[in-house]
Amino acid sequence: MKITFDWLKDHLKTNLKEKNLLEQLTNVGLEVEGVQNLSLGKELFKVAKIIKTIKHPNADRLKVCDVDVGEKEFKKVVCGAANAVEGLITVYAPPGSIIPKTKTKLVVAKIRGVTSYGMLCSEFELNLSDESDGIIELSSGYKKIIGKNYYSKSKSNLIDLSITPNRPDCLGIRGIARDLAASGFGKLIDFKKKKIKSNNRQPLKVKITKEKNQGCSMFGSCLITDVKNTESPQWLKDKLISIGQKPISAIVDITNYVMFDLNRPLHAYDADKIEKGIIVRNSKSGEKFTALDNKDYKLEDGMCVISDHKGVLGLGGIIGGTRSGTELDTKNILLESAYFKPGSIRTTAKKLNLDTDAKFRFERGVDPLSIEDGLNKAAILIKEICGGKISKIDIQKIETHKTKIVKFDINSVEKIAGFKISTKEIFKILENLGFKFKKKKNFFELIVPSWRPDITQEIDIVEELVRISGYDRIRIIDPIKERKKSTLNKSQKLFHFLQRSIASKGYIEAITWSFTDSNYNNYFRNTKKEIKIVNPISTELDVLRNSIFSNLIIYMNKNLDRGFKDLSIYEIGPTFSGSKPGEQNTVVCGLSSGKKYRLSWIEKERNVDVFDVKKDVVQTLIETGYKSEEFFIDNKTPDYYHPGKSGRLFLKKDEDLVAAYFGEIHPSIIKKIDMKTESLVGFEIFLDNLKLPAKTLNDQKNKFNVSDYQKSERDFAFIINKDVNAQDLINAIASVDQNLISNIRVFDVYEGDNIPRNQKSIAISVTIQSTEKTLNDNDLENINKLIIETVQNKTGAKIRS
Amino acid sequence: MSDLKKIKDELFLKLKSKLNLSEVNQMKSDLFGKNGLVSSQFKKIGTIAEAERKKFASELNVIKVELQDLINLKIKEIENEEIREKLQKEKIDITLPERPFVRGKIHPVSQTIDEISSIFSEIGFSVEEGPDVESEYNNFTALNTPENHPARDMHDTFYLDEKKERLLRTHTSPVQIRTMLKDKPPFKIIAPGRTYRSDSDQTHAPMFHQVEGLHIDKDINMGHLKGCLNYFIKEFFELDKIKMRFRPSHFPFTEPSAEVDIGYEMKDGKIIIGEGDQWLEILGCGMVHPNVLRNVKVDPIKFQGYAFGMGIDRLAMLKYGINDLRAFFDCDYRWLNHFGFDPLDVPTNYRGLSR
Repeated sequence: MKITFDWLKDHLKTNLKEKNLLEQLTNVGLEVEGVQNLSLGKELFKVAKIIKTIKHPNADRLKVCDVDVGEKEFKKVVCGAANAVEGLITVYAPPGSIIPKTKTKLVVAKIRGVTSYGMLCSEFELNLSDESDGIIELSSGYKKIIGKNYYSKSKSNLIDLSITPNRPDCLGIRGIARDLAASGFGKLIDFKKKKIKSNNRQPLKVKITKEKNQGCSMFGSCLITDVKNTESPQWLKDKLISIGQKPISAIVDITNYVMFDLNRPLHAYDADKIEKGIIVRNSKSGEKFTALDNKDYKLEDGMCVISDHKGVLGLGGIIGGTRSGTELDTKNILLESAYFKPGSIRTTAKKLNLDTDAKFRFERGVDPLSIEDGLNKAAILIKEICGGKISKIDIQKIETHKTKIVKFDINSVEKIAGFKISTKEIFKILENLGFKFKKKKNFFELIVPSWRPDITQEIDIVEELVRISGYDRIRIIDPIKERKKSTLNKSQKLFHFLQRSIASKGYIEAITWSFTDSNYNNYFRNTKKEIKIVNPISTELDVLRNSIFSNLIIYMNKNLDRGFKDLSIYEIGPTFSGSKPGEQNTVVCGLSSGKKYRLSWIEKERNVDVFDVKKDVVQTLIETGYKSEEFFIDNKTPDYYHPGKSGRLFLKKDEDLVAAYFGEIHPSIIKKIDMKTESLVGFEIFLDNLKLPAKTLNDQKNKFNVSDYQKSERDFAFIINKDVNAQDLINAIASVDQNLISNIRVFDVYEGDNIPRNQKSIAISVTIQSTEKTLNDNDLENINKLIIETVQNKTGAKIRS
Repeated sequence: MSDLKKIKDELFLKLKSKLNLSEVNQMKSDLFGKNGLVSSQFKKIGTIAEAERKKFASELNVIKVELQDLINLKIKEIENEEIREKLQKEKIDITLPERPFVRGKIHPVSQTIDEISSIFSEIGFSVEEGPDVESEYNNFTALNTPENHPARDMHDTFYLDEKKERLLRTHTSPVQIRTMLKDKPPFKIIAPGRTYRSDSDQTHAPMFHQVEGLHIDKDINMGHLKGCLNYFIKEFFELDKIKMRFRPSHFPFTEPSAEVDIGYEMKDGKIIIGEGDQWLEILGCGMVHPNVLRNVKVDPIKFQGYAFGMGIDRLAMLKYGINDLRAFFDCDYRWLNHFGFDPLDVPTNYRGLSR
């Protein structure tokens, strides 16, 4: 909502300055979004006329115009607008002026070899509208003031307010003035309302059909005959220009003026173009009309239309049609002032993707009792400016406005706000805002003003009072430092632990979108369902991610393109398995590329490999508190891992839920996405599949139990089939005697010479120690034997002699 | 006995020359071994006449100790010499680079979430979470934003079905609904998390982070709200004093509602929070609307309280001087390295937010 202090002063008597105004607007909740000095530099913008145009010698789309700016000589201006034709009256900006939209300062410049002295402006560039197609076209009335300033000399700044959707009354200057007055910023001027004096009935029949979902409940109108539509007088033009509106013709300008002044949208029809009478009804599917924005609209069932006996004239409360629009030669006008229901307006406008000033107001709620005031004010102005005779006002309604009554207990203010407002002050504020009240036994009955659709219950009254008396009166109550419940629950603690545990292993944390590119997602989707976003922001972010890998790989690739080689990144966050709330899992996903060590004077160069990520996963899980002796690992992994160089880890052998996957990313994916790296390995740890750790760290600590008896190391070399896993050997050894075998270490794996094909040799060092005694040679020999026997029985391995 | 004296003198001479360890050990065993010279003298003791025996034995012992000392001294000397030689040989260029290492980092948003949690933890808030995919009801309707309410326009929503029943939450406020439906009052929670709006430019990202706050009890009023936020902002920006302004605003789920601005000034192109005459909006808040309480079966006559929501990314930007919101999610290694935090820098109550 754009306003000026000058316009506000039509409704508000105040001696305060604009600086105070801006503060007070903010204080009452009418947020000042921006202040523009319209007069500053604007005196440079002149009304100008194009005298001659020739094609630019070096550019097909450009023209060189001779422009009359009221000086002796014409200005040469290069212009690219299609509508820059001889005779057009438009706005000229000379070198040195600053274009309001772009904030750029014009200079004399050569454009493709031709010097241009200034610029002809579009409405967009002047911040008048979004119309950027072509330069502004001024009406012929401006002929008389060529060379004069386009902007009036008003010193009042344009103030842009952000009006919250609950305050339609402040979409009119008067509503804003009322709030300010209530807060003590001046006094609201009480007008003696001028009323139409007429003996003539409004002869056009108006009917609101009674049907389901009728969007219009009241339709007021009056007929003004024998008008002479003309240019608006300067005061009216200035007013509209001062809030960034473009004057069009007196009748249109007057209806706009009343809308901005009172938040009362009106519509003027050329009465001669209305066939027989007005019918307000629901549209039928397939009906068409051309709206005043020169676009054709095809309607669906149930949209509120204003029609005559020939068809649709306009969409009620949203936009009029060209068939009945007023023009400069319009003689007789039907002026409409109606009430349209917010929901109906909103549904229709959304379906047709239409946004107008009227729609914006009706969908938020226009004062249903302002129908007559609007007609009176506009009709009398039209008569003043355009002459003519006004009929009586005709109002058709199918529903009457019900006055809202809200129960109000004065104590509720302090209860919510935490500070007291005196009873006297309370009623002064409410009165100034337009409330009326009746005292009951323990409470008051407040009659809510008709322009406040947002007020329905006591809390809304409290809000009014706190807002108007000022939020700075709310005192600070310092919080008590007391904790009754632990801040994080177990799984949140697990999240934080894993997050920092992975980072401590050299991974850099990334946060990427929860959505991803479906092409990439498909590589990592495995058996999961694709979850499409109905209205994605781009085709590259069109699905919810089934895995974090897709985004990590996309961004990893971007970083490789930046010239990095050895990268480790990870993300902890959601992956999605369905589109229902809760069908998501928390995953820590990491990715490493390139080499572990690149050529250096001290370390041997080598690629990152599956055992690097296996270490990161296993170490992290151990640090988290899980027992590595119980881990079970096999090679059944999703299809995006290298089938031979990847694993899945269970916290225990017979658990159903996978704790983690790790391994090389499938080479065919790396190829398809054209990733240039020596090696790419990754892992996923599934938080939701991890059993939450024991209650406290204390509970996690077993009794301290160590043996001081001598330990012995024994080395074994077994020959086994290639398809037997080292894990099986280790488990077999561990099963021999858990009290005696304290450590098992694989120190060599060998295939090749001296070993039969399809077999391999695994050398294992076993540490044997008793908690009860020093083992003698005999004991050790027995265990040795037992280990060999057990391994042979369980795995088929043979001891290598 | 004179034999021994002679031996001692010889040894003394010998030990003066350059010897290696094994030569000295040989000498040692020649003297003290089973049949060594000294050992054999000791064996003689029994054969010596009673009168001489005591003297002999004592002299022998003296010589033995002397010889041992001499030899041990020599051994020590040789060992020292060996170490000295070893050190001489082993001298390296210590300015050569150390073994390569990598440093992990925590994303500034994660760090900021931990900071926020730590601050609110101290005044008794606990952390709640909710799903990223929400029902239309939890995200809007239950929060007093019925269908066809213009306030819905302020949220450009991503939908997952044509009926618009499932969506990506546009704010963390649905966690209020879930929390209140799940438990009984009082409630004192914060809910940090991902939020989504189909909006993308320099200052908007389609995904961003919010933290929701909710405190419902019997007598929680706007003064508590102001106190809580005043405390939070001071703690978060690690300042003793802060300028804060409450400004009336409108959110469907709170009444009265406020937007909160903090004072700042620009110094050398950097935002300095806490001083200056400029205002910067940092969050929205208000008293939970009675309609919302009714929707979650909490009696608004008995219980009342406040809620707030703020942008985590924005807080991080302000605190750490980050200019571009989009960079948070662009995953540029250089940016992550620069703005990321060491994993050991865990914000906690006792050690504070910063080192």
